[in-house]
Amino acid sequence: MLETVDLDVSFASRAHKGAKIRAVNGVSLKLERGDALGLVGESGSGKTTVGRTILGLNPVTGGRVLFDDEDITDQLMGRNKSFRSRAQMVFQDPHSALNPRMTILRSVAEPLVLHTDLRGPALRERVAELLEIVGLQAQFLYRFPHELSGGQKQRVCIARAIALNPDLLVLDEPTSALDVSVQAQILEFLKSIQKRLGLTYLFISHNLAVVRYVCNRTAVMYLGQIVEQGETGAIFGDPKHPYTKALLEAVPLPKSGQPRRGQPLKGDIPSPVDLPQGCFFHTRCESSMPGICDAGPVPVTALEDGRLVRCRLY
Amino acid sequence: MTEQPFFAIRDYRLNFRTFDGVYQALDGVELELERGQSLGIVGETGCGKSVTVRNILGLLPSPPAEVVSGEILFEGRDLLMLSKAEMQKIRGTEIAMIFQDPMTYLNPVFTVGTQMIDVIMAHRRSLDRGERMTRKQAREHAIEMLRRVHLPNPERQIDAYPHQLSGGMRQRVLIAMALSGSPKLLIADEPTTALDVTIQAQILDLIAELVDDLGLSVILITHDLGVVAKVCDKVAVMYAGQVVEYGTIEQLFDDPKHPYTAGLLHSIPDPEGAATHLEGIPGFLPNLLDPPAGCRFEARCPKAMDVCRRVRPPALDLDGGHKVACHVYRPEDVNA
Repeated sequence: MLETVDLDVSFASRAHKGAKIRAVNGVSLKLERGDALGLVGESGSGKTTVGRTILGLNPVTGGRVLFDDEDITDQLMGRNKSFRSRAQMVFQDPHSALNPRMTILRSVAEPLVLHTDLRGPALRERVAELLEIVGLQAQFLYRFPHELSGGQKQRVCIARAIALNPDLLVLDEPTSALDVSVQAQILEFLKSIQKRLGLTYLFISHNLAVVRYVCNRTAVMYLGQIVEQGETGAIFGDPKHPYTKALLEAVPLPKSGQPRRGQPLKGDIPSPVDLPQGCFFHTRCESSMPGICDAGPVPVTALEDGRLVRCRLY
Repeated sequence: MTEQPFFAIRDYRLNFRTFDGVYQALDGVELELERGQSLGIVGETGCGKSVTVRNILGLLPSPPAEVVSGEILFEGRDLLMLSKAEMQKIRGTEIAMIFQDPMTYLNPVFTVGTQMIDVIMAHRRSLDRGERMTRKQAREHAIEMLRRVHLPNPERQIDAYPHQLSGGMRQRVLIAMALSGSPKLLIADEPTTALDVTIQAQILDLIAELVDDLGLSVILITHDLGVVAKVCDKVAVMYAGQVVEYGTIEQLFDDPKHPYTAGLLHSIPDPEGAATHLEGIPGFLPNLLDPPAGCRFEARCPKAMDVCRRVRPPALDLDGGHKVACHVYRPEDVNA
């Protein structure tokens, strides 16, 4: 349904005059209808930029974006609104995503007013219906965001995102600002409406456990590249790329009997202004091979189980 | 049980006076930490975990904060009874603290070295040893501390400004600064929450190393149960200003007793396996301006009984130091 081909996004850097920040470097993703694709990575890996670019919130520098096999790359930055109603976004912090001076009714009604002819009582009815889908009673219609808890606000944001019956939802860290007991409820709810409304998710998160729980496919990003993608079970059960392995090992588990000390990944993520030669990960990689990994771009290898890995080991 | 604990908080009650009334932030907090061990305090937003530790070093302005009762015992002294001058001698040299966002706690217009040297010289003055320390000696000590926390290239990085360092490096600088007064107890308030997982792993590894090698005692505040399970010896779970369960990692993660602890553990997606359903905990925190008379978790508790609404559950001692504040575990013969 949604496909990106060699997507590049770069920004002009003010701090480094004339230099470009290469946030996304040749990302090729494919989402089938009904998929939940988890995009994981650390800060600065470009996962949010990919999500925003797909919705036309950032300019595309290179590559293409296809939606139902139609090239929409040029449309993305244009005034054509028809695509926007088919793909919506849910942001990390529900508090700053809602206008504090608008009632919940007005916030959720906004996309409906812009894209449909619904007005008056019919509009209010539709909003009440949407709130019911996300598990909020009609009494919330006339409340303001500050009267709601974090979890309730995120439900409102989801109601607004599904108002136009989109096919695709880009969820950018939708539960990172929430407590775990609330996060659990939102995740359950996201899974159930995905089935009920036949939605496709691009789920951006740094929390590996959350992605494993919600997504059927996973793509791991590092410095604007996808280093590994495939079925969620395969990636978590048997990670191939050294970065994926290190990332999984770094997650502390909520259970007893773990060794206190380990061999954490050394160093910091390099700057996207000055990307390493060859494999972007070779500066921190344990299995880096001098002369091979630091020379020339690394091709993507397809493994037997259908997963794609960008590493010289395979 | 007459032995003096290294660090303990007993029946600690703290209120905030607000325009809306008296906010009962902490209600009878009980904690204990042995020398050379690490204690994790976990809980969700608003449970009082940060408030509990802030006042160990007298960091809450009063008003609005108001200690109602209790004591904070550190090597036999009650920290709540100290004068300002006495507290200043404890800060940094006996007990040190690091915080969540390292950038907020470093001054952006001074180099790392300048800030560290100031701290080191202030510690030396407060120790009253009478020996003078030159800036040069302090600088050497600072470099040594930076090396201790494995900051790469400490001789050069000491002259860096905070913005030139990454988040992980800044947190290392703060830890180095905290260690520079050779404290016995380190309080870390969400030290890795602002960091990525691979960097978090580095910092947690460093904290574990300090406990093992220097015999440092640590109180670690976090909302991440995984972090606690990884680095701590003991855990206290807090809810709405109370410690609801306290025990070792094994006791708490293998056999959680309090319904809130169990609810939390059933709310986290398992990073290792395919959990099929997440329970979550429905409902909201009680309003602490007017807290319930009985158990503060009663309204959200799946096991709530009649007595829970009326009587505040006392902390019950289970086997091996495991404590839980819940009526479910009260022996039958006690009448509520």
